[in-house]
Amino acid sequence: MHTIAIDMKRKPINLDNASTTPLHKEVLKAMMPFFSEKYGNPSNLYELGRISRSAINESLARISGIIHSRPDEFVFTGGATEADNLAIAGIARANKEFGNRIIISSVEHKGIFSVCEALKKEGFEIVEIPVDKNGLLKIPYLEKALNEKTLLVSVTMADSETGTIQPIREISEIIKRQKAKTAGADANARAGHLPYFHTDASQASAYLDINVENLGVDLMTLSAHKIGGPKGIGGLYIKRGTKINPIIYGGSQQNRVRAGTENVPSIVGFARALEISEKNKGKGKSGKKSKIEEIRKLRDLLEKNIFKNIQKVVLNGHPEKRLPNFLNVSILDIEGEALLLHLDAHGIMISTGSACNSESLEPSSVLSAIGNPYEFVHSSMRFTLSSETTKSDIEYVLKHLPKIVETLRHISPLNLKVDQKEKMSDPRAFVGGKTPHFLRKKRNA
Amino acid sequence: MPKKIEKTEKKTAKKSVKSKPDVVNKFTGNSWAYSKTVRDHFFKPKNLLWENPDSAKYDGEGIVGSPACGDVMRVWLKIDPKKDKIKEFKWRTFGCASAVAATSMLSVMITEKGGMLLDRALEVRPQDIMKRLGGLPDRKIHCSVLGDKALRTAINDWFKKTNQFSRIVTDGEKVIDPNTKVTEADIEEAVLEGAQTVEEVQKRTKVGIGYPECLPEVEELVRFYREKYYGVDTD
Repeated sequence: MHTIAIDMKRKPINLDNASTTPLHKEVLKAMMPFFSEKYGNPSNLYELGRISRSAINESLARISGIIHSRPDEFVFTGGATEADNLAIAGIARANKEFGNRIIISSVEHKGIFSVCEALKKEGFEIVEIPVDKNGLLKIPYLEKALNEKTLLVSVTMADSETGTIQPIREISEIIKRQKAKTAGADANARAGHLPYFHTDASQASAYLDINVENLGVDLMTLSAHKIGGPKGIGGLYIKRGTKINPIIYGGSQQNRVRAGTENVPSIVGFARALEISEKNKGKGKSGKKSKIEEIRKLRDLLEKNIFKNIQKVVLNGHPEKRLPNFLNVSILDIEGEALLLHLDAHGIMISTGSACNSESLEPSSVLSAIGNPYEFVHSSMRFTLSSETTKSDIEYVLKHLPKIVETLRHISPLNLKVDQKEKMSDPRAFVGGKTPHFLRKKRNA
Repeated sequence: MPKKIEKTEKKTAKKSVKSKPDVVNKFTGNSWAYSKTVRDHFFKPKNLLWENPDSAKYDGEGIVGSPACGDVMRVWLKIDPKKDKIKEFKWRTFGCASAVAATSMLSVMITEKGGMLLDRALEVRPQDIMKRLGGLPDRKIHCSVLGDKALRTAINDWFKKTNQFSRIVTDGEKVIDPNTKVTEADIEEAVLEGAQTVEEVQKRTKVGIGYPECLPEVEELVRFYREKYYGVDTD
């Protein structure tokens, strides 16, 4: 049996950057003065207040420069979940006289799903567009679902489990055509605006083009702590002219769209983090590879060797159209939490879609939406790299992972087959729809 | 199901085994920190079946759970017919740390001190395993309930093989859900542990997850035991 030798001297390896990232040193430095010396409330007119106000304005200028918006088209929120909630509930409630349909993809973040669930009770109709087996949105279903009563379409730029990249530009073209149709049907109905198009770019912003003009989106969610910024701060791009209600009521800060004294240090940190992550997209010095290309190379090294050295591994998500830092695989016959804890004992941090690893004891909804049987979802593990990841980190993981898998497969009584996917249990088996396949067989035998 | 609801029993509800891990987050009450015993059994499982399973070598065999639900436990037994004791308990488990540790601990409990008498082994309850493990986080309790069921299935297998049909466990142990082998007694225990609704009972026992037909019966049982131990609902 593989024994566990815990190397205490080694720094923990973070391969769970899609959960959160450490604060970038430069970001911390930029934030520091705004905690104590420059603590002013930006709404105050005296000097200390003006300092905070100009720090916010400067941050807004930087962010809007990066996403190609106007400064007044961006609202800071307490994170991506709030931004998602604001986008969905804010648009739905402000435009309910024009329709009641909201269209989302089946691979959205909980921040979208949960607010949609709540809106159902307010009489809104939520339409979920399925994805194919690689996790890509089924465009024809979207085209069919769009109608004149549609207020909003929300499709993630890249989902948080597999990192599969959705064709945002293609979708925005389709929505533009629908906008024209909706305007033609009723000249008074917010001509040319409805339906709005929102995308959550929390996971994607560090790796993809987030120029809102190029993308053709009306709303876009960003998060700071996924890109080396502080937690508890995010933002929503809201195109000028968009009719939106606030979800938090209070003072008149941020054009009355988001009340509450602005979180100045975090806003400053967010802007700095976005700048750094934007810089990483460019070419390195003297024609060297960009940071992103380096990350992709390391991810590919990890992926190639996992498939080479471990039997019965299934890739979750799109083989190519995937964020360069994402690798999600199901290592069959092994339960995700067990693997997570073994890797943790080796100082390696990853995450899993297994039910046992969630508070709700429900397996990952994104991986199930892709059409994975629950048997595969329980065995899923997500590796997400960052610019901090080194080659030696990846080599360390590759050294230990196959041994841990061997140990856990010895413990497991299962022997699933990779190509068994379709024949296995109906996803409903878990929630009480059907008896798992093998038990049915057993009982009939 | 007992026929009379005795109100006198209201106050005698036994204190259940505290299912608390070593370290509890004081803000959420939840924790990922298992007890040291759980960790030890998870990282160094005892009595694991290493070689390929050869059923012919064993006297009894049992399997419960489903990979769709996330837990499967398989148990192989060698039995000393003269002493009526379990000599060997081998197992394999697909599941999280608590599931692995619970099966490992059960194997130790059954085989220590020269092996456990079959009659005693049939009485081992999830609470006994949890106590020896030093507690489990609340939402992980269900992980430990499959171990004793796999054991009982394996013992029953032995009884069948040796024509001891009268000993097959059915005493007050009406199986509610044939997939998870959850019994009436399990529902009662779940209610005693604080579960008040079918959903809460399901979280602990996994009853009906693969066999929803039994849920109406579960609902009735939950109401019965809730009234028995906590009094009749006033509203």
